[in-house]
Amino acid sequence: MKELAIRRRIIADKSFKAIVVLLSFASILPMFFILFFIITKGISVVDWTFLTHLPKPVGEIGGGISNAIVGTFMLIIISTLFSVPVGVFAGIFLCEYRKGRFPYFVKLAVETLQGIPSIVIGIIAYIWVVLTMGSFSGLSGGASLALMMLPVIITATEETLKLIPDSLREASLALGVSYPRTILKVVIPAGLSGILTGILLGVGRVAGETAPLLFTAFGSPFMNFNILKPINTLPLMIFNYATSPYPEWHTLAWGASFVLVVFVLGLNLFTKVVTRKWKVQF
Amino acid sequence: MESAVLKIENFSAFFGENQVLREINLSIPQNRITAIIGPSGCGKTTLIRCINRMHELIPNVRVSGKISLDHEDIYDTDPIIVRRQIGMVFQKPNPFPMMSIYDNVIAGYQLNGIKLSKVEKDTIVEESLKRAALWNEVKTSLHRKGTFLSGGQQQRLCIARALAMRPTVLLLDEPTSALDPKATSHVEELIVQLKDTVTILLVTHNIGQAARVSDFTAFLYVGELIEFGPTERMFTAPKNKRTEEYLTGKFG
Repeated sequence: MKELAIRRRIIADKSFKAIVVLLSFASILPMFFILFFIITKGISVVDWTFLTHLPKPVGEIGGGISNAIVGTFMLIIISTLFSVPVGVFAGIFLCEYRKGRFPYFVKLAVETLQGIPSIVIGIIAYIWVVLTMGSFSGLSGGASLALMMLPVIITATEETLKLIPDSLREASLALGVSYPRTILKVVIPAGLSGILTGILLGVGRVAGETAPLLFTAFGSPFMNFNILKPINTLPLMIFNYATSPYPEWHTLAWGASFVLVVFVLGLNLFTKVVTRKWKVQF
Repeated sequence: MESAVLKIENFSAFFGENQVLREINLSIPQNRITAIIGPSGCGKTTLIRCINRMHELIPNVRVSGKISLDHEDIYDTDPIIVRRQIGMVFQKPNPFPMMSIYDNVIAGYQLNGIKLSKVEKDTIVEESLKRAALWNEVKTSLHRKGTFLSGGQQQRLCIARALAMRPTVLLLDEPTSALDPKATSHVEELIVQLKDTVTILLVTHNIGQAARVSDFTAFLYVGELIEFGPTERMFTAPKNKRTEEYLTGKFG
């Protein structure tokens, strides 16, 4: 009787464990399928010429994605320049002033912004920047991506700084260091790894965004370094090529997907390294 | 009595409606160790935090009365200046985790943006670590992170960091409560050595520690200063009945 109860518990225990393992395994499976699919389809397209040459007109063989790679990096730089200062300072604000109505609204606004669909952000950037300036541009694309990065950076900064013990602030203040200097020279350096992680996650999030760029950065078949002109990016190029009727463009889209996935994957691994290496032990 | 470097007059503090310090009058003698003892919640920590104005970090704190350092009212002085003259060491060692031992010692200068030459820095670091009796243990590893040190060493590093600013008064808020007995006796020895150069105010839970290291003792009870006098006299012949009860362990 007693043994039966124990055996039943052991069975329940084992089957629960089996379910947990099985479902975790199921959750990583799609990732491997996606990777496998993109690698097999894309890797044959990617070579040095592919990375360093401009796209060719329909009908001509070959051509590359150099302008999209350059454009992607330009947009990342523009959006980072917009969102990092605003995001980090907003994060500091939310962490340092937790009480009151204004911080509550800021937090609510951040959460709402995070939930706004990217296509809507694209429309807003179109109305605010593209219509005002009179043309599609890299700048407007960067602005829309910055709006998407902003909540990620704010939340990461706030959460990181919250974990920094008050004793560190006290140590600094007790040495006669002013409050702003304490924040800039003690609190932020102590939380640097977390803030950097937030920035990199933000970059990873926007690197693959297409929707907000459709009517802002717009895309272009040429190499363009002018941020006031339309600019091509990897996701835009994939979208345009994959929806085109030409099979050779579909192949190029697979190649571009492969490059994009490798970039985002590399960024995520780099983020892990940064988190581990720069982590400050209290 | 000896010359008082720090004078506390009619000093009261309130947390919201709650009065935590009641009309404290206390003169802290120069180059002596004054221990502040009393049961938990009696206002010891609040009192020393009011001395370097660290209480201002907590919202809803109100104070009245006067505290003067060398005859200057600290509440008329910029808190930043006050905190450079009155150093503080906390319960838990809190070296800056992103800085080396060397940088931790001169952190007060670096963080304040005070430029020092390499020679000046080296001198301050060596002098402060020697005063904190840590130099011999760390002189070969000055550029390692301060958090690699043991708890007792970290606390002495924090004392060195406070001493580097050359303060007139050093506030120690239960500096050994997070340390083991051996590290505690190390820090106690150090405190006694320091009194030649700096006036020390030591908050402690540990009556034995007050007896071992201090020259004067102040006994606080529920926000009131019950008795203040030379430590030896307090421990052998307390004037107040509550002091006697506390010292003999009848409550605490």
